[in-house]
Amino acid sequence: MSAARHEYLLRLGDNALILSQRLGEWCGKGPALEEDMALTNVALDLLGQARLLLSLAAEAAGNGADEDSLAYHRDDREFRNVLLVEQPNGNYADTLARQFLFDAWSSLALRRLLTSSDAAIAAIAEKAVKEVSYHLRRSSDLMVRLGDGSERSHAMLQTAIDKVWPYSHELFIGDAVDAEMTAAGIGFDPASLQDEWLAYVREVFAEATLKLPAAGGWMPKGGKQGLHSEHLSKLLAEMQVLQRSHPGASW
Amino acid sequence: MHAQNNVGMADTGSPSASSLDEREARFQSRIDDGIRVEPQDWMPDRYRKTLIRQISQHAHSEIVGQLPEGNWITRAPSLKRKAILLAKVQDEAGHGLYLYSAAETLGITRDQMVDDLHTGKAKYSSIFNYPTLTWADVGAIGWLVDGSAIMNQIPLCRCSYGPYARAMIRVCKEEAFHMRQGYDIMLALCAGTPGQKAMAQDALNRWWWPSLMMFGPPDGDSVHSAQSQAWKIKLFTNDELRQKMVDQTVPQAEHLGLVVPDPQVKWNAERGHYDYGDIDWEEFYNVVKGNGPCNRERLEVRNKAWTDGEWFRDALVAHADKQAQLATAQAA
Ligand SMILES: [Fe+2]
Ligand SMILES: [Fe+2]
Repeated sequence: MSAARHEYLLRLGDNALILSQRLGEWCGKGPALEEDMALTNVALDLLGQARLLLSLAAEAAGNGADEDSLAYHRDDREFRNVLLVEQPNGNYADTLARQFLFDAWSSLALRRLLTSSDAAIAAIAEKAVKEVSYHLRRSSDLMVRLGDGSERSHAMLQTAIDKVWPYSHELFIGDAVDAEMTAAGIGFDPASLQDEWLAYVREVFAEATLKLPAAGGWMPKGGKQGLHSEHLSKLLAEMQVLQRSHPGASW
Repeated sequence: MHAQNNVGMADTGSPSASSLDEREARFQSRIDDGIRVEPQDWMPDRYRKTLIRQISQHAHSEIVGQLPEGNWITRAPSLKRKAILLAKVQDEAGHGLYLYSAAETLGITRDQMVDDLHTGKAKYSSIFNYPTLTWADVGAIGWLVDGSAIMNQIPLCRCSYGPYARAMIRVCKEEAFHMRQGYDIMLALCAGTPGQKAMAQDALNRWWWPSLMMFGPPDGDSVHSAQSQAWKIKLFTNDELRQKMVDQTVPQAEHLGLVVPDPQVKWNAERGHYDYGDIDWEEFYNVVKGNGPCNRERLEVRNKAWTDGEWFRDALVAHADKQAQLATAQAA
């Protein structure tokens, strides 16, 4: 069980870490000063969540690992985040579409984890769920304002959603790790979130006058098991450069 | 100066020269008495213009200042350092926001100021036109550049213009944290491997002189100094502040085990200050003119962010307009 728990914590922690890393790329370059600050806030919250989750994973591993050894000294095949969060930022509409789909999932996932039989995980979820509820309110509000904004913003956001949509499927696909965590009362069955997620997304899209992409089609997956897109390795090359080029140094 | 008698004209909309003199004299004596000027108060045109220039330049510096450090957010060497840096760069955006708001109370819009920045009409602190080549530069910026900013800004918490003084109080609290995190990065590097220590020394070598230039030209060449001091929007001269900075920083460098890149730095017991060597003012003016290593790049990045974000800003306005129309239609 501890191997599955470790894996589970990496999945949750890596999702937050990699998305935070992507959002950090925007810092100082957002479309408006207030927006820049708000997005950096989200990046900071996610980074905080990642640190708690990875520290917990490291602690349980007990092999001298810590949050930094996990973040900086694993290769892309050892990362367990979903493909959605590693997708490049694209334009600001792409970034927001990715964020909305993730926030909507994450707020449901964290609410399930509130009742986790693992007290340490439940405690992290309790802190994180407040943050993510705010992120979701913010990203939903932006979906509505941009979807039902100008003709141009509507078109850009619809294109962005259509592009990122296939990556949402992976969020709901379970495997043996999920099954073991669900059986132990630590985690949840990913498929069990899908209806509620879809209902919420549908509701926001309706208000935003956005079209829900058609079901089916291309459904990339594998991130949770360490099989990523080409983007992750480059993201890590940038993120890990100092730790890798100065082995053993403290910062 | 008071040759013209203007009895009975003092309160007309277009005051004669001498009634203006009287108003200015009253204005000055209020300032001398330490009374804060507030947005609704009468103020001389030149006071208003000087402040708009000063505050908006300061705001632009905060905004452009995000870029050199932002350059290292994705490469910060630990998650803790990354979190601190993200928070710091976010603070700088907040400083820009308070300062733009303070300037807006003087009758200019943020859009106008931003436009002046993007077209190159407005200036920002020339220090941000130097590149951040290594992680140690992030430490050096916090230590030296935020350090200089504090030196400059603490007196401004007592400046004569209320909204500016109040903005400075908020900003200074955060700047103290910025400086500490920078020095803390330097401490870690200097206690680290030889490679890390060399990185720290190299950063000090490159940031030392530009940090001293941040205080502006020597007092003899400073154009606006005397009037600004009388108006209490400048409380110390450039050279006074620069000396304070040198006095504070030299012992800090020694504590780190780093060498300040100026062989003429020496304690002068008679003056009670550190002496230091000549600053290359030609370099300073050259960077101010736009010929620093990163002037073009910084402005390009800001311009691109603004242009790329236009659809976003327009859409929010369009949405708000639709909502307003809907509300009117429902009310009718
Ligand atoms: Fe600042
Ligand atoms: Fe600062």
